[in-house]
Amino acid sequence: MIELDDFSVGFGAGTALRGATLTIRKGDRLGIVGESGSGKTMLALCLMGMAPDSAQLSGRLSIDGRDMAGASEAQWQVLRARRIAMIFQEPMAALNPLRRVGDTVMEPMRVHEGLSRGAAHKRALALFEEVGIPEPVDRMRQFPHELSGGQRQRVLIALALACDPVMLIADEPTTALDANVALRITELLVRLARERGMALVFITHDLAAVARTTQDIVVMYGGDMVERGATADVLAAPMHPYTRGLLAARPDPTVPARNADGTRRRLPSLPGSVPPLNALPQGCRFAGRCPVELAHCATRRPATRLVADNRQAACHLLEEQAR
Amino acid sequence: MGYFIFRRTVGFILTLLAVSVVVFAVMNVLPGDPALTILGMDATEDALAALREQLGLNEPLLTRYVNWVWNALQGDFGISHSFRVPVADLIVERLLMTVSLAVAGMVVTLILALGLGIGAAAQHRKFGDWGVMFLSQLGIAVPAFWLSMLLVLLFAVNLRWLPPGGFAGWSDPMAAIRSLILPTIALAVVQSAVLARVTRSAALEVMRQDFVRTARASGLSRRRVLWRHVLPNAMVPIVTIVGMQFASLVTGTIVIENVFYLPGLGRLIFQSISNRDLPTVQALVMLFAAIVVTANFVVDLLYVVIDPRLKARA
Amino acid sequence: MTRRLPTNFVIGGVLVALVVGTAALSLVWTPHNSTQMAISNKFAAPSSTYWLGTDQLGRDVVSQLMAGARNSMSVALIAVLMGGSIGVALGLMASAIGGWVEDGVMRLADLGFAFPALLFAIMLAAVFGPSLGNAVLAIAFINIPVFARVTRGAANQIWTLDYVSAARAAGMNRFAISRDHILPNIGAVIIVQATIEFAVAILAEAALSYLGLGAQPPAASWGRLLSEAQTLMYLAPQLAIYPGLCIVVAVLGFGLLGDGLRDMSEPRLRRER
Ligand SMILES: Nc1ncnc2c1ncn2[C@@H]1O[C@H](COP(=O)(O)OP(=O)(O)OP(=O)(O)O)[C@@H](O)[C@H]1O
Ligand SMILES: [Mg+2]
Repeated sequence: MIELDDFSVGFGAGTALRGATLTIRKGDRLGIVGESGSGKTMLALCLMGMAPDSAQLSGRLSIDGRDMAGASEAQWQVLRARRIAMIFQEPMAALNPLRRVGDTVMEPMRVHEGLSRGAAHKRALALFEEVGIPEPVDRMRQFPHELSGGQRQRVLIALALACDPVMLIADEPTTALDANVALRITELLVRLARERGMALVFITHDLAAVARTTQDIVVMYGGDMVERGATADVLAAPMHPYTRGLLAARPDPTVPARNADGTRRRLPSLPGSVPPLNALPQGCRFAGRCPVELAHCATRRPATRLVADNRQAACHLLEEQAR
Repeated sequence: MGYFIFRRTVGFILTLLAVSVVVFAVMNVLPGDPALTILGMDATEDALAALREQLGLNEPLLTRYVNWVWNALQGDFGISHSFRVPVADLIVERLLMTVSLAVAGMVVTLILALGLGIGAAAQHRKFGDWGVMFLSQLGIAVPAFWLSMLLVLLFAVNLRWLPPGGFAGWSDPMAAIRSLILPTIALAVVQSAVLARVTRSAALEVMRQDFVRTARASGLSRRRVLWRHVLPNAMVPIVTIVGMQFASLVTGTIVIENVFYLPGLGRLIFQSISNRDLPTVQALVMLFAAIVVTANFVVDLLYVVIDPRLKARA
Repeated sequence: MTRRLPTNFVIGGVLVALVVGTAALSLVWTPHNSTQMAISNKFAAPSSTYWLGTDQLGRDVVSQLMAGARNSMSVALIAVLMGGSIGVALGLMASAIGGWVEDGVMRLADLGFAFPALLFAIMLAAVFGPSLGNAVLAIAFINIPVFARVTRGAANQIWTLDYVSAARAAGMNRFAISRDHILPNIGAVIIVQATIEFAVAILAEAALSYLGLGAQPPAASWGRLLSEAQTLMYLAPQLAIYPGLCIVVAVLGFGLLGDGLRDMSEPRLRRER
């Protein structure tokens, strides 16, 4: 359904996405993990045709068999909401504050499918029920500021489902929410994907959530896809040093996702952080932070190797071992 | 909510009262003897005494002020000294002219400013944006009356498409509208220069917010996102400026009427200055100032209508 | 690192220098006497003696425009200085004393905004007869609330700073603090505002003189020259062009200069205005 081949995104400062290769089929549930700044959101935006104007795109991107690499805004508009929908990181700011949430959810139905107000209202009501919003009739009449964070995220999910997409991209849908609410939103997304036979791309920092929700996983670092495979396999036996680092730095699951003062807890982190675009090493992006670095890591880019059935990783260490 | 409206209404009434005190003081205390001002230095003592009696100048100031306000509230602004008819009648005769010009000017201003401002924001950092910014910078520097003269020079003197001024009344609506085209443009261009800038920067501010991305991700066209999502959220600063612009709209209307010889309140006020017709000037200044104050009051109330979050807090 | 000056500052500065220079020059020299008439020489075409020709009374246009620049600059200067100093004083006082004094000053400022300069000039003209002095007064008057607001806003921020608290703790009185600490620190804000109000004042003077509420004949004022030119639009349209261009150049100049100064004094706000 979606095929991405050697796809790159460049800015003046550097490369935010380097040779991304990815295939997503109907019904897949794919997790994308990586620290802040590793290019996860950029990847998602490219799949929606919403990369920033200043970005230079190269490589192949095809959706439903159509080449979308140089597609116009009008061509993308046809796909958005109807084929691919996306929900964003911050439910607080992601809803138009001046609109009743019901009207927001009804808008794409009315615009794309020409539904009458009555028909759109009926479908929105059904969606509100499906995503688990209590008293949906009253909720639809409310404004975003009158809803809790979890309810807003549910509204955003309902909005994403408005035109029955075949794929849903959820970009860190739970990071701004309490642990409890986050858990339930995650469960909801999996249930919806299963029931609707919808592909789900789940972007997160939370390895536990990925383990619960997805079949496959892609680990990203500094704009590279460094490791991929079946979620269970990758988490059980990580091959890339970065993945291993991520797993080792995994937070204690009994600690809530937010600090006492309500701010978002920094992601589970290994020492240091992803350098800005203009400071990334030219070879392996992880060079410099990697515990087992070889001499040529910083200068030569490691090839992506098929290391086992359905397992890929890009690391010079693995090449050495194979040799 | 109710308390908010109550407080604003009280503030509004107090401001109006204060404005009336200022107008009354300037027009009645500063001249010393208004009768002398009206009739001039060489008036006879008898004539002066008669006029003082007629204007009620022999009463104490406070009584005169209270009478003025009380009568004005009932639509009685006294008798025009030069036209020798009630000032209220003069105003009613000319009101339609002035209101038509002001409303037409405001409507064209809003269309121009919102269109150009949103268009510039959509074209941010591209040619269209620079173009709008340049034109509006120029528009702010061009006096409305000079722009009027240039328009007359081009469309009336050279091309002869439209009349250079004057107004023959509403009996021939086509001719009336033709007489109003140039004045409306002159009024609107200058006003919209400021407003277009405000619209642009307010829209740019909103476009950075997350919900705009959500709207685009829902497959809505750029145009729909701009007009249905960005513009309403940019309305609070825009409405603030529109409220503040009522002062310049009033000024502009007075000036433009005089440039184009349109028989409205702006002409009347200048005729009254030449005629030393103090009661008429006083009534008109009060009326114009009241319009400005009222516009700002209405803007305060509009905020609550625009933004549901304020309704909760207010 | 040498920072480039903002474009608006440079362009504005050049235009302002041009206008102010012309006004200054007119004090000592104009090509001809700006008020001297020579009916026999009316509507002369541009020539080496009369660079832009003459008007309906044979007066030299260039000399009149130069005198107009002087008139515009003096009116704007006096009006902004008068209104500005009263406004700044009120704003400083409001900020220093706070409480009901601050509220009162701000309500008065609100009241001032109800009167555009034109309305005020109209009242003065009705009472005292039209004159340039009344126009200056009216323009000065509308500057008071503008400066009072800006000053109070900026001063309130300075009052919260540590070294002001220290000065207070050291027993300095509010007047002395306002003079020694507050005023020097808000100077930039006031100068920016003054530059912008200069542009507003030039426009207002032109409009008032055009309407006959400002400069009276034979005094040269760009606005008054335009009102004379309007009656001659069929005969000598060029006379309706030059004074208007002068107004645009002057207003544009001070407006851009003000924007540029603000960009330089508040680099944070520079990006998206
Ligand atoms: N418009 C832009 N111009 C230049 N660089 C950008 C732009 N947008 C993003 N980047 C850069 O691209 C890189 C990837 O950013 P991205 O937002 O995709 O990270 P992420 O993995 O989603 O992080 P997070 O977990 O914080 O959401 C970052 O280094 C970021 O600074
Ligand atoms: Mg992200």
